[in-house]
Amino acid sequence: MIDATGLVALPGLVDLHTHLREPGREDAETIETGSRAAARGGWTAVHAMANTTPVADTAGVVEQVWSRGQEIGLVDVYPIGAVTVGLKGEHLSEMGAMAHSKARVRLFSDDGVCVYDPVIMRRALEYVKAFDGAVVQHAQDLRLTEGAQMHEGEVSAELGLAGWPAVAEESIVARDALLAEHVGSRVHVQHLSTAGSVEIIRWAKGRGINVTAEATPHHLLLTHEEARTYDPLFKVNPPLRTQTDVDALRAAVADGTIDIIATDHAPHASEDKDCEWAAASFGMLGLETALGIVQKVLVDTGAATWRDVARLMSEAPARIGSVDDAHGRPLAAGEPANITLVDPRAAWTVRPEDLASRARNTPYGGIELPGRAVITLLRGVPTHLDPRFEGAFA
Amino acid sequence: MRHLLSTRDLSREDAITLLDTAGQMAATQEREVRKLPTLRGKTVVNLFFEDSTRTRISFEAAAKRLSADVINFSAKGSSVSKGESLKDTALTLQAMGADAVVVRHWASGAAYQLAHGGWLHGSVLNAGDGTHQHPTQALLDAFTMRRHLVSDPTGADLAGLTVAIVGDVLHSRVARSNVYLLHTLGARVVLVAPPTLVPVGIEPWPCTLVHTLDEALETHEIDALMMLRVQRERMTGGGFFPSPGEYTRLYGLDADRMSRLPDHGIVMHPGPMNRGLEISAEAADSSRSVIVEQVANGVAVRMAALYLLLAGEEGAS
Repeated sequence: MIDATGLVALPGLVDLHTHLREPGREDAETIETGSRAAARGGWTAVHAMANTTPVADTAGVVEQVWSRGQEIGLVDVYPIGAVTVGLKGEHLSEMGAMAHSKARVRLFSDDGVCVYDPVIMRRALEYVKAFDGAVVQHAQDLRLTEGAQMHEGEVSAELGLAGWPAVAEESIVARDALLAEHVGSRVHVQHLSTAGSVEIIRWAKGRGINVTAEATPHHLLLTHEEARTYDPLFKVNPPLRTQTDVDALRAAVADGTIDIIATDHAPHASEDKDCEWAAASFGMLGLETALGIVQKVLVDTGAATWRDVARLMSEAPARIGSVDDAHGRPLAAGEPANITLVDPRAAWTVRPEDLASRARNTPYGGIELPGRAVITLLRGVPTHLDPRFEGAFA
Repeated sequence: MRHLLSTRDLSREDAITLLDTAGQMAATQEREVRKLPTLRGKTVVNLFFEDSTRTRISFEAAAKRLSADVINFSAKGSSVSKGESLKDTALTLQAMGADAVVVRHWASGAAYQLAHGGWLHGSVLNAGDGTHQHPTQALLDAFTMRRHLVSDPTGADLAGLTVAIVGDVLHSRVARSNVYLLHTLGARVVLVAPPTLVPVGIEPWPCTLVHTLDEALETHEIDALMMLRVQRERMTGGGFFPSPGEYTRLYGLDADRMSRLPDHGIVMHPGPMNRGLEISAEAADSSRSVIVEQVANGVAVRMAALYLLLAGEEGAS
């Protein structure tokens, strides 16, 4: 028995957007270190992105990632398969083989790169219907963002950094919604970052198109003003946008236009961040800070309730990822005990060196977050215990 | 003043102090012995990640005439083929005991990172970072304008003057530096550029924008006309402008356009020029042209900047 007075019980969190970097960049993160970071952050399932080395574009690679996740056992690791071979955008990968493998892949994404060719995107959307899959799109017009470094606007104009215009995201979101409608398939749009994308998603849903969308904690909290420090910790793709965009994203999460919160946890080795802005890699850590940021920007502001958080960070992502037989379940007798207990009054200050990830590229160093997961249970087994609960499961 | 990174950081008072000090430095350069003992024992490193012989020798001359020891450090490397990291280079310079680092870099923000990365203790002087800032260029431009257009220059600002900056504003650190400095000094700035070569998001900039040089000459009495260098590669293959010929027709400075300046109007260019593209030989070599003088003033302005960064700290300690 645990005395959970004052704690919030959520179904175990499900991240639809995690980079675990294994195989290939074990210097930045491994399935083990990423799993530990996930458990500490309150997650019981993560979807591992395909942009590893080698790329997860075959049944062999996705099975390896899936098995390694099971072996570690801290979190269920569900591999996402690449849409195209080598993420090159030219030939469809063997999505059927990945779907029918042990890893039972249902989501496919070239994340990091957009599936840019409209014919390839159309074929992918059609093809995944055969096994009830979905295409998960990183919406970015490649031509409009060549060399892009940050949001194109007043700050980029002043800083002299090449701009990543909002239209480069919005045009692809609109195109893909229309393609999904045309072929009667399902598309999930990653890391929505602009007010315009929100309007397009709202329009598409109103039209009955089978589209879902995610927002990241960083796009709900930070703006392009952060780039004034030229600190590459704030360099991310899609970029941090304006306060107007942040406000639109928060409103869209609150009204259900945006279905889920996903981290886009993107570990990078220090040499890929400790350099000039233009030379740095895109991306930031997110697994351990997501819950605290969601509480800060949505719950504590009154924009959402903890019930909404259960939907946004567990039930809806489990459904979109087709893992809702095991995750995002009701907190009821007979259900798998995948449970996250949150202490919304356990404020903490983010210290990069204390994070479980191998990389240290959090943009939140020194920031205080209002709460955190204090207990994470995966099928009844504690995968994360705040020190004050140690012994509770002895 | 600890570092000189961006003209946006300069107050009117800072800017006038820099210009007045440059005036004193320029006066010393008329003497038979031009070398001053001011920075004896100080080490100035010219750290160039991007080739620019002109800027490097200007800083080198400035530091040497102040008797500083000068080390030239050419660190090649682009965003594609990374050489030694900025951090390691900075740590190396720190270990060598650099009192000031003059940095030219292909990446916007590199000078800011060097100054604020906690890697080195010396002063950082930005000699051009990507498409961001090149503060000593703007200071030498202001110095040149003040000499020619203000009757009693010492202690004065540029209030009442109108300066037009013509060309590739999008990729220009010279334009960005000048817009803020000229505004701080009270001048009115008119940017003249095709819409493709203007950054999205310049609404807050303290300047006005017109889209042809003829319109600028018609609607403003321009005291100083600054032509920016245009890179030909920006005009080919789906580029920013249809052709060099069209650019010259709409934005080039020729004798006819030059004749529409007021009598006292001066013509400037940060160099190196593309004669026949943004400026005709006739304009470049005319009596209105102060382009060669800009180069000479560059040394005086850089002497002033090094002096205020390095000699100033002794007074404080």
